[in-house]
Amino acid sequence: METSVPLGAYLALGLFMFTVGTVGVIIRRNPIVIFMCIELMLNAVNLTFLAFAKYGPVAPGVNPAESAMAGQMMVIFVMAVAAAEVAVGLGIIMAIYRLRATIDVDEMSMMRG
Amino acid sequence: MILFAILAGIAAITAVGVVAFGNTVRSALCLVLNFFVLGGLYFTLQAELLGITQIIVYTGAIMVLFLFVIMLLNLGAPAPLEERPDFVKKGLGFLFGGAMFGLVATQIVMPFATTKQVMAPEGFGSPQAVGRALFTSYVWPFEVASILLTVGVVGSILLAKRRIATGGVEEEAN
Repeated sequence: METSVPLGAYLALGLFMFTVGTVGVIIRRNPIVIFMCIELMLNAVNLTFLAFAKYGPVAPGVNPAESAMAGQMMVIFVMAVAAAEVAVGLGIIMAIYRLRATIDVDEMSMMRG
Repeated sequence: MILFAILAGIAAITAVGVVAFGNTVRSALCLVLNFFVLGGLYFTLQAELLGITQIIVYTGAIMVLFLFVIMLLNLGAPAPLEERPDFVKKGLGFLFGGAMFGLVATQIVMPFATTKQVMAPEGFGSPQAVGRALFTSYVWPFEVASILLTVGVVGSILLAKRRIATGGVEEEAN
């Protein structure tokens, strides 16, 4: 079965989103925006996983159905981990804000409170 | 193809918007739109269950949490969220980003640029197929993920409760 959209289009979109997320993590100073950029990167990876699940080149001896399912399972677990990470991370940001009254990451370069 | 182009265009523009907007709420709303469009893209990949999960989990739960925290922090103080320009960091960021983009684009994306052969069987993303795999072959990772979520919930409640627990001590120290 063939489709009109090539695998490369999905990969290019995923790569673009991942790059934007990386640049955002580097250049922004607001930890909430940095968190959102990390979510962007996770979603770019999820898109890549699903694109490979549908189109992926299957190694000889591997069942294509199992291979497609493995990609989707990875996406489910990435979502679960991302949800836990956001809950804990935003809690940490709240705790730091309460302690320091600032959330600028450049002001928080010390490891000790 | 047209559907993909529209969805991908919106996703790319909103991804840039997340980074480019100075206002955190605008960034968050861009991200909501991005996740919503990504859910649509998952549908075009025939991963129906994950498309719906994406919309429920990300645009529903996670972004509400983000907006909630933004509102909470903005309430008393707009000043801490203000950003100063830093050209060295921006230059380095774009340099690294561009280098990574170029490397991955030439090495990984280009070989698949014209791959159109669908390898997955029909209906691989249906709730029946995903659910069966999740509770047979992947039941152990599934349980580990549930433990992780429990730990995350307990940890975030502890973090959020800390002021009440140690409030008296902090006041004494001040």
